[in-house]
Amino acid sequence: MKQARQKTSGAAVLTMDAAAIDRALRRIAHEIVERNPQLTHVVLAGIPSRGVEIAQRIASFIHEIENVDVETGVIDVAMHRDDVGTRSELPIVRESRLPLPLEKRTVIVVDDVLYTGRTVRAAMDAISSFGRPARIQLAVLIDRGHRELPIRPDYVGKNLPTSGSEKVQVQLQETDHEPDEVRLEKQ
Amino acid sequence: MSTRWTRKDLLGLRELSADEINFILETADAFKQVGTREIKKVPALRGKTLVNFFVEPSTRTRTSFELAALRLSADVINLSASSSSLTKGETLKDTARNLEALHADILVLRHSSAGAPQFLANRLKASVINAGDGAHEHPTQALLDLYTIREKRGNIAGLSVAILGDILFSRVARSNIFGLLKLGAHVTLVGPSTLIPREFEKLGVQVSHKIDEVLPNADVVNLLRIQHERQRREYFPGIGEYIRLFGLTKERAKLLKPDCLIMHPGPINRGVEIDSVVADGLHSVILDQVTNGLAVRMAVLYLCGGISA
Repeated sequence: MKQARQKTSGAAVLTMDAAAIDRALRRIAHEIVERNPQLTHVVLAGIPSRGVEIAQRIASFIHEIENVDVETGVIDVAMHRDDVGTRSELPIVRESRLPLPLEKRTVIVVDDVLYTGRTVRAAMDAISSFGRPARIQLAVLIDRGHRELPIRPDYVGKNLPTSGSEKVQVQLQETDHEPDEVRLEKQ
Repeated sequence: MSTRWTRKDLLGLRELSADEINFILETADAFKQVGTREIKKVPALRGKTLVNFFVEPSTRTRTSFELAALRLSADVINLSASSSSLTKGETLKDTARNLEALHADILVLRHSSAGAPQFLANRLKASVINAGDGAHEHPTQALLDLYTIREKRGNIAGLSVAILGDILFSRVARSNIFGLLKLGAHVTLVGPSTLIPREFEKLGVQVSHKIDEVLPNADVVNLLRIQHERQRREYFPGIGEYIRLFGLTKERAKLLKPDCLIMHPGPINRGVEIDSVVADGLHSVILDQVTNGLAVRMAVLYLCGGISA
């Protein structure tokens, strides 16, 4: 389950600054290039809203490295979640956009924080309703542990050991109108 | 999208804010996309039960709600007046309480009495969606009309919308008037004086009895069906006279702006309120309305039915 991102009063530790985020996403771009010889078959599918921005950035790094335009898309998971009706606030549904057909493509799901794995499960369900990709991979900026499902990321910006009471706060210029930053907040 | 949806019921557009209406339309965008997928079904309402309770006959609204619910993975039961115990003298409240005893989560109600959905919404834990009550409101029809205008024209504020025909008996007209005015459109009602009561002007709309003066300025013409089943002779000038005075004929369509949208909630009386060539012509978005109706109803079911009780 994704973290609520409202500011908390507890202490916050700066975990990544703008330069660190930039380096991590650049490295992920290199790893994607290394592992996917056929880059034209790759789709970077971001989960709204920060995952979409991260996917865009990785795509532009790949363009810098290989001069190839990797396709990007949006995969909204709100209507594929398994907890509708159990939370006080209904997730906002957004439009999904994926290049079709998905057959023979590699879809790389991109999100900011990987936690329980339930969002990723919902994303995989959503993708399969568009078709049957050759493979699905997972790229995240932060892996904070505490998985509740057998899900493992293929590309990780930073492994960040956390306790359940902490919050990982990712902030990006484009989505939050604040400088790029990752903070760990204690409650 | 800073608004949050907090209502368990959708009873009419009169009580909704412009933000809430826009929020439904934005949510419908996401659900419209689902209809283009290879698998046109999402698990959002899996495990929920929806009862389509249509005390008044309807085919297209009922099937649209049914398909919307199925695409959200809800289970659907269809009840009509003849198949329910209303014909055996059971009261509406008792029928509804029985449905709730079966753990129905969403009740979609079409009823000939205005206020019936409100009556049940106040008494049931289940979500109640008004699918048309008397001559009062038909909110999902107006929402799909708004959605279609917004989709084709980009926005609604500032547009001139003419609503034509049988306004007096029309819940579609009422819901449309509330929604259009809240979103900033100019609304003109056109039809015989017997079918447009003067009180409507108090809502903030203009009233005209001369169609030829209204058509050249309209960005949208929404035609209402002449409801033969509701007509009493004294209201109605006779079909021939109606066509001559108010029918959207091939000749009249020449008065329209090139980008004017022609809408109709269906079913169409070809040759009465609209000529066949016009209904099938370039201006017509009548079939877009049907497609959009599905997306809008999915959005409404998701928002009302997804809220935890």
